[in-house]
Amino acid sequence: MDLSFTAEEQAFREEVRAFFAANLPEDISSAVRKGGELTKDIMDRYHAILNEKGWLATTWPVEFGGPGWSPVERHIFEEEACRAYAPRIVPFGLAMLGPVLMQFGSKEQQQEYLPRILSGEDWWCQGYSEPGAGSDLASLKTRAVRDGDHYVINGQKTWTTLGQHANRIFCLVRTDPDVKPQKGISFILVDLDTPGIEMRPIKLIEGGHEVNEVFFTDVRVPAENLVGEENMGWTIAKFLLTHERTNIAGVGFSMQSLEEVKALARQVKRNGRPLIEDPLFAARVAQVEIDLEAMKITNLRMLYKAQQQGAPGPETSILKIKGTVIAQQLKDLARRALGPAAAPFPGMLSANLAPAPEDAAHNAARYFNNRKTSIYGGSNEIQRNILTKTMLEL
Amino acid sequence: MDFSLTEDRQMLSDSLTRYLREKYPMEVRNAAAYAEPFHAPAHWQGLSELGALYALAPEEAGGFGGTGFDVSVVFEALGGALCPEPVLAALMAARLMTAAGEDQEALLSGAVKYAVAIGEIDAWYDIGAVGTEAVTSGEGHALTGRKSVIYGGQVAEKLLVAAKLDGKVALFEVAAEAASVTGYGMIDGGGAAEVVLDATPGRLLIADAGAALADAVNAGIVALCSEAVGAMDALYAMTLDYLRTRKQFGVAIGQFQALQHRAVDMLTEIEQARSITIKAAAELDGPEAGRYASMAKNLIGRAGRLVAEEAIQMHGGIAMTWEYPGSHYAKRLVMIDAQLGDTDYHLSRMMAA
Repeated sequence: MDLSFTAEEQAFREEVRAFFAANLPEDISSAVRKGGELTKDIMDRYHAILNEKGWLATTWPVEFGGPGWSPVERHIFEEEACRAYAPRIVPFGLAMLGPVLMQFGSKEQQQEYLPRILSGEDWWCQGYSEPGAGSDLASLKTRAVRDGDHYVINGQKTWTTLGQHANRIFCLVRTDPDVKPQKGISFILVDLDTPGIEMRPIKLIEGGHEVNEVFFTDVRVPAENLVGEENMGWTIAKFLLTHERTNIAGVGFSMQSLEEVKALARQVKRNGRPLIEDPLFAARVAQVEIDLEAMKITNLRMLYKAQQQGAPGPETSILKIKGTVIAQQLKDLARRALGPAAAPFPGMLSANLAPAPEDAAHNAARYFNNRKTSIYGGSNEIQRNILTKTMLEL
Repeated sequence: MDFSLTEDRQMLSDSLTRYLREKYPMEVRNAAAYAEPFHAPAHWQGLSELGALYALAPEEAGGFGGTGFDVSVVFEALGGALCPEPVLAALMAARLMTAAGEDQEALLSGAVKYAVAIGEIDAWYDIGAVGTEAVTSGEGHALTGRKSVIYGGQVAEKLLVAAKLDGKVALFEVAAEAASVTGYGMIDGGGAAEVVLDATPGRLLIADAGAALADAVNAGIVALCSEAVGAMDALYAMTLDYLRTRKQFGVAIGQFQALQHRAVDMLTEIEQARSITIKAAAELDGPEAGRYASMAKNLIGRAGRLVAEEAIQMHGGIAMTWEYPGSHYAKRLVMIDAQLGDTDYHLSRMMAA
C-alpha cells in the first residue's frame, strides 16, 4: 500500500502545472470560472494550445500523435487542468471517435480523419440517441439503406451536444431491421454539409444552447464512410463506452466546486455572520467533502487497477454513479449558498448591480444544467444494471 | 501508487483469516461473545501466537508493524470473522505505551491484557472534557471518577486511565484489582466494564497526554473502520448469496430490479468506505491523522448502518433471528458507530478543522 505518486509522476505534475501557468490565457480561465457557456472560439484556441504541446489527445498513443500517457499521467493532467480552470476538452473527436478509428477504422480513415481531429479542422459530434432510443439505445430506428456506392440515411438523432459547432457527425444507424436489434446496427461517418441534414437547437432547462436535434432526409453518404463491417456498430458502441469512461468520476471538477462553495460560504452572510459559520450549512459541506475524499481514493484504486490490467473494468460504473451525485450535491450547495441572489437570470443584470458575486451569478443555471450528468453517458440506473450484471452475479 | 498488500501483510492477513475461519466459526464466536468473560482465552492466546498483537507496534517498541496499514490488515481480518477479542484495547494501549516509552512485551505477547479508559458518561469522546481527577498522594497519585463502557475492561489486568492533573489531561496506569471494575457483555458481542475510581492509586505515565491520547484514538478509529470494512464485506457476501438462492414468486429474488439497484448502492458505499479507510490508515502517522480519521469514522458510520439495515431488509425475517449469522454482523456494524466518536461527532470535528 502506497498512496504517493512516484518522483517521475511528481515531476510530471510540476511540468503540467507550469505549462498551464505559462500558456493558459487569462480570458479562458476566467470564462471557465464564471461558468457560463464557452464559445467555439475559446474551445478552438484552447485545443490549439494543447495540440501545439502534443497534449491534446490525452488517450491516444504516440504513433497517432497522442502523448502516450499512462492512466495515472492522464489523471494528473486532468487534475492540473481543473486546478488551472482550463476548459474540459471537447470529447467527441478526441476521446470518442479517435480511439474507435484506431481500433476499427481503415488505414485510409485513420490517415484522413485523425490529423484533422488534432488540428481542429474537424469538429465532430455524436449521433447516438433518438427520441425513441435513450437508455434503450439498441432500439434506434434511423435507417441507412445501401444504394450502390452510398448509404441513404433517413431518421432523427437528438441530444447532439455542441452540434452547432460541428462539421461532421458519427452516427449509429440501422442497416438490418430484421435481426435482433443489436445485430443490425452500423457505425457511419457523415459530413454535416451533405444535402438533407437539418440541425435544430434544443433550449435546455437553464436556457442554454448546448444540445441539438438532427434530422436526416434522404442523406446520401459514401459507403466508404462506414467504420468496420456493416452491422458491427454495436460492438463499436460498446468499445466507445469504455473510452467514454476515463475521468468519469470528475474528481478534479468536484474539487474545484468544493473550493468554490467554501469560498462563497466565507463571502456571503446569513444572519449577519459568514454562512460557513452556520453549522447546518457547514455540516452539509463537510459531508460532501468526506464523500469526495473517499471518491478520490476510489478513483485512484480503479486507476491502479486499470494500469495493472490495461483497461478500466465494469466497476468504473461506481465512479459514474457516485461521482455525478457528489458533483450535483456541490452544485446544489453553491446555489443554496446564495439564497434569493441565485434567482436573477444570468446576464440580465450588470455585474455591479447583481446581488450575487460575479463568479457565482451562474450558480442556479449550473445546478440545473448539472442534473444532466446522472442521465447522460448511460443513466445512473443503467450503470446500476451494468454493475448488477458484471459484479453481483445475481 | 500501489494498492496491493506487501507480502508480509498478505501472509499475516491470510493466517489470521484462516485461523478465525477454522477455529473461531460463528457458533464458537457466539458462545464466547455472549457469555463471561465475553471472549475466548484460548483464542486470545492463539491470535497472539500468530502475531496479531506484535503487528500493532513498531519494531522499536518490540513489535513488527505499527503502521496504519498493519493495523488495517489485522482488524479487517478480525471484522470479517466478527471476532470479539479485546484487540482494540491492546492496540490503543500499545500506542500509549509507545508514547510513554514503556516496555510492552507483556502486552504484545498477550500475557497481560490492557484496557484504555477515556470515555465518561458526560464525555464519551472529547478527551479534553474528562472529569476524572488525579491528585498527588504520597509518592504517587490517586484517581477519582467514573469511566464508562470501557471496551476490554471486563478482562483487563491493567487500565490506562485519562484523568485531569493540574488542569491537563494526564495518563495513568492503574491495576484493575485496585479499582472497582464491573464487567458486562454487549448487544453486539464482546465485553466492556464500568470502572469506578475512588482515590485509587495510579502510576503517572504521561503528564500532558493530550497528543498521545489523540494518537491512540486515531489508531483506534483506523482499527474500527478496518473492522467494519471486513464485516461489511462478509455481510454483503451473505446478502448476495441470499439474493441468488432465495426464491419468491417462482424466481430468485435477486432478479428483482428493486433489490438489484439497492444491492449496487451497498457495493458503492462499501467501496467508498474501503477507500476512506485506506486514506486514514495512510495518514495515521502524519500531521493530519485526526482529520482523516474523522472523515473515515463519519463515512464508516453511515455506510455501516446502510449495509446493516439493507442487509436485514433484503433478507427479510431470517435476518431478524438470533440464529442467522448475518444478524450479528448487522448489530456490530450499527453499534461500531458509537465507539470512539460517532457520525455526528466526527462531522462536527471536520467542520471545526
